[in-house]
Amino acid sequence: MIDVSIEQALGRFRLDASFRAEARIVGLFGRSGSGKTSIVNVIAGISRPTRGRVAINDVVLFDSERNIDVRPEKRRLGYVFQDDLLFPHLDVRRNLLYGFARAPEPRSIAVEHVTQLLGLGSLLQQYPATLSGGERQRVSIGRALLAQPRLLLMDEPLASLDVPRRNEVLSYVETLRDELAIPIVYVSHSVAEITRLADTLVVVAEGRCIAVGDVEEVMGRPELRPHTGRYEAGAVIETRVISHDAEFGLTTLGFEGGKLVVPSAEAPTGERIRARIRARDVSLALMRPDSISIQNILEATIEAIADDLTAIVDIQLRVGSTMLTARITRESLQRLGLVRGQPVYALVKAVAFDRRSVGYA
Amino acid sequence: MSSDELRIIALSLQVAVASVAFSLPVAVLVAYVLARGRFPGRAVLDAVVHLPLVLPPVVVGFSLLLLFGRQGVFGKVLADWFGIVFAFRWTGAALASAVMGFPLMVRAVRLSIDGIDSRLETAACTLGAPAWWIFVTITLPLAAPGIVTAIVLGFARSLGEFGATITFVSNIRDETETLPLAIYTLLQTPQGDAMAWRLSGFSVALSLLALLVSEWLARRARLRTAA
Repeated sequence: MIDVSIEQALGRFRLDASFRAEARIVGLFGRSGSGKTSIVNVIAGISRPTRGRVAINDVVLFDSERNIDVRPEKRRLGYVFQDDLLFPHLDVRRNLLYGFARAPEPRSIAVEHVTQLLGLGSLLQQYPATLSGGERQRVSIGRALLAQPRLLLMDEPLASLDVPRRNEVLSYVETLRDELAIPIVYVSHSVAEITRLADTLVVVAEGRCIAVGDVEEVMGRPELRPHTGRYEAGAVIETRVISHDAEFGLTTLGFEGGKLVVPSAEAPTGERIRARIRARDVSLALMRPDSISIQNILEATIEAIADDLTAIVDIQLRVGSTMLTARITRESLQRLGLVRGQPVYALVKAVAFDRRSVGYA
Repeated sequence: MSSDELRIIALSLQVAVASVAFSLPVAVLVAYVLARGRFPGRAVLDAVVHLPLVLPPVVVGFSLLLLFGRQGVFGKVLADWFGIVFAFRWTGAALASAVMGFPLMVRAVRLSIDGIDSRLETAACTLGAPAWWIFVTITLPLAAPGIVTAIVLGFARSLGEFGATITFVSNIRDETETLPLAIYTLLQTPQGDAMAWRLSGFSVALSLLALLVSEWLARRARLRTAA
C-alpha cells in the first residue's frame, strides 16, 4: 500500500497531491511539468514537503504532524532515474553491489537472480561508458533492486532511450513485475508505457492528483481526455489469449463482448493480456460490411456522443460489458445519423495493434 | 652536484612534501564545503581562502609571524602545549608554503567537484549510503584529477615560495634555506653566479618533472572514469 498526501511549494509551483494505491505497478501519469517527478522525489526523501504524510506498507516515512522524516538513505526505496546515473568510476559489478553491500540482512534479492533476470551476466566487468543506453538502464534497475528496497521508484526510465532500447527495457520491467514481489511506482508521460505496465493509474496535472483508479477505468474516462491525450486517446481492455495462428502470425484474444484478432502476441494460450485500442483506429458502420480487409468487426451500442462542435467527435461504445471509443468526423456522425442507444458495428484493423499496445497484464 | 646543492634541494623537497601533505586534506574539505555547501558565510570563507593569492607575500609572512611566532597567538599555544615550533624552523617554511599554495589547491579541487554531477551523490544516497561514505566512494574518486592537479600546484608553489618564507622564518642555512632563498643569496654573493645557475636549472627540472607526472596521473584518472 502506497499512501501519499503531501503539500509543497516549489517557487511558483504548488504541489498538493494525495493518492492511495495498492498494486504491483502504480503508474504516475501526466504531462511533463505536471509534478510527477516532484512527487517521486518527496517519496524518496530527496525533497521535503511542507506538510503531509508518506507511508509505504504502513511504514511511515514522513509525517509532518508526528515530526517523522526518515532520511533518504534510511528509507530503502530504490530509485531508477531518467538518466541511469551509474557511477562512472566503478565497473558494472561494483555498481550493482553499491547498495547491496550496505543493505541490512536478510537480503532476499540475490545478486545472481537480478543478474540473470536483467541479463547482466556478460557485462559485469565492463565500465558504464562502454555500455549501450539500454544496458546502462538495466544495470541501474539492478543496482536499485539489489539495495533491497521496499518499493521501486522509476522516473521515466525509458525517456532517454531510442525506441528499440525502450522495448528492450520495457520487457525487462515486465519480467520484474512478474518475478519479484516489489511494488513499483512508474512515472511516465507515455500512454503506451503506462497502459502496458500499470495496474493502478494516478493522473497528475498541475501538481495535483486528479484521478486514481484501475488503468482500464481511468483511461476510458472522457473527462480526463485532455490529460490522457487526445491523439493517443482510446480504451484499454482486459483480454485472454484464445489461440495462435502460426501460419499467418495472428493471435485471437477474447474479452467480455467479443474477440479480437491481433498480430502475434508473445503470450501462451490462456494468459491474460491487455490490449489498447486507440479511438482513431476505430471506425463505425451501420451494417456489417463484407468483402473488407478489416479483421475485427464488433457489435456495439452507442453509449454516449461527445460532440464539442469541432471537426472530430468521440463516440463511446459498449461491446458486451466492455467500453470502447471511436473517433470519427462530425460530418460522418451527421451523415450516418448516429444517436445514443443505436446499434452499430465497430471496425478495428488488426494491424492497428502494435507490440506496444498489446502487453501482458 | 656539490653537497651544498644536494642539501638545498633535499630541504626544498622536504618542505614541499610536508606543506602539500598537511594542506591537501584541509584543501579538499574546504573545496567540498565551498562546492556543495549552502550556508551563510560561504562567500566570506571563499574570500578568506583566496586572500594569500591577492595579498603581497610579505604581508602573509608578517601575519604568520604575528600568529605563529614564538609569542604569537597560536605559536605560543602550539609551542607550550604540543612542542610544535614554526618560528625559524623548516616547519615554518612548510607552513608559509602551505598557506601560499592553499588557494591554488582549493581552486583545483573545487573545479573538479563542481564538474561532478551531484545527482550521482543523490543516487548513492537512495542506495542507502550515508554522507561520509558517499564522499569517500563517489566524490573523492571522481575528483581525483583535480586532487592530482592540486598536489602538483601546491608542490610547485612551495618550490617557488620566497616572500612569505623569508619574512616568516628568514634565511637560515640547513633550516629554512630553500631553493629560491639560496639562489637569491647566491646572487648577492661574489662568485655565486655559477651555483645560482645550477640551482635555477634544478628548479626548472623539478617543476617540469612535477608537471609531467601530474599530466600522466590525470590522464590515468580520466581514463578510468571515461573507460
